[in-house]
Amino acid sequence: MIVIIDTGCANLSSVKFAVERLGYKVVISKEREDILGADKLFLPGVGTATEAMENLRQRGLIELVKQVDKPLLGICLGMQMLAEFSIEGGAKQAEEPVPCLGLVPGTVSLMEPAPGQRLPHMGWNQIQPQSDHPLFKDIEPGSYFYFVHSYALPVGEHTLAECDYGNAFTAAVGRDNFFGVQFHPERSGKAGAQLIKNFLEM
Amino acid sequence: MLAKRIIPCLDVKDGVVVKGVKFRNHEVMGDIVPLAKRYAEEGADELVFYDITASSDARVVDKSWVSRVAEVIDIPFCVAGGIKTIDDANRTLQHGADKVSINSPALADPSLITKLADKFGVQCIVVGIDSYYCEETKQYQVKQFTGDEKRTVTTTWNTFDWVKEVQERGAGEIVLNVMNQDGVRQGYDLEQLSRVREICKVPLIASGGAGEMQHFADAFNQSDVDGALAASVFHKSIINIGELKQFLKQQEVAIRL
Repeated sequence: MIVIIDTGCANLSSVKFAVERLGYKVVISKEREDILGADKLFLPGVGTATEAMENLRQRGLIELVKQVDKPLLGICLGMQMLAEFSIEGGAKQAEEPVPCLGLVPGTVSLMEPAPGQRLPHMGWNQIQPQSDHPLFKDIEPGSYFYFVHSYALPVGEHTLAECDYGNAFTAAVGRDNFFGVQFHPERSGKAGAQLIKNFLEM
Repeated sequence: MLAKRIIPCLDVKDGVVVKGVKFRNHEVMGDIVPLAKRYAEEGADELVFYDITASSDARVVDKSWVSRVAEVIDIPFCVAGGIKTIDDANRTLQHGADKVSINSPALADPSLITKLADKFGVQCIVVGIDSYYCEETKQYQVKQFTGDEKRTVTTTWNTFDWVKEVQERGAGEIVLNVMNQDGVRQGYDLEQLSRVREICKVPLIASGGAGEMQHFADAFNQSDVDGALAASVFHKSIINIGELKQFLKQQEVAIRL
């Protein structure tokens, strides 16, 4: 069973449609038995870290997600929530770092674009994946993926793919069974579909 | 490298795609889903759907077609029209839109921009600005309720002041539509775009006036916009998106092929 964790964030349905376009069945759920019984899980996110973590807390999902031992893919804010902390708080930065799930090390912080570059980092940018990782099977280095974000996880030991915007940042991360992508594979055309397919076939 | 975006705009009225000249005389261009799919396949980087009647009719954009688009499209898309509340925006995003764009309601209540940015993140809040250059006063004016000519009003906002204001309030992207140029295919207003670019720290999308491929190259190379939006040249197959992107690549514009 493939489960999209119902985080209460918007944009769950575009992930659902992307999985369905590949011919898989998928359910959106926040129920304990679905989440712990799933073979593959997606943790989508749109919004702010403050809002998203509060949604997880209200739904009793924080401890539940940490218990997952099957492959889980966080998307965009869903990836950022895997980190230890985020400083995102909406129109302004959060006053204190927001504690996140702590499943991968690092703090999500505001990007520092080069002069002439804008925030949010919005649009199609190229990624450089680590060679031979199954998540990037049949995806060429330099492939374009769609990004929409202002905050990012710095490059670290669990980075699986990098992207550059002012500085290099983590475009994909993986630690044990927890994976995350900063871009939106469900909105990244053929390359995005390939990545979702790779994840589902891992 | 971050690619410049080519963004076909589909004006939606009563569930079909329409296009007017200078916001008037709307003619039906076709069904939403097949057109959206065609653009995605031709290489569009993003799509924008404007329900041009919504704000003027005091109703929320009909959401059923948003889901139908989200089901078949694998590139991002933005929905505009009649989004006045957090609930309106939430419904639109739940149906699968990636971003929402607000225009007239932001002018009526500028605090809406901040409320939406706090709830959904600045990255999915686009502010559309209909800017009109008044020959008499030599001023760039912001217009409201442009979907219905009878109700269109000139606001007290000067375009440049409004561009600054919406950024302070949390806009994540600005679509600047130059009304004088809309639908006449004489090229983007590069002077105005360049002036807005200087004060615009968020992504800026040019809208209004694209007629030939060189116009896109000019907007990117001269006014440094992040994306260029156009409608009639794509609907009427005057410009093919794939060929446009090849052309832009030759002009040394960073583009996704």
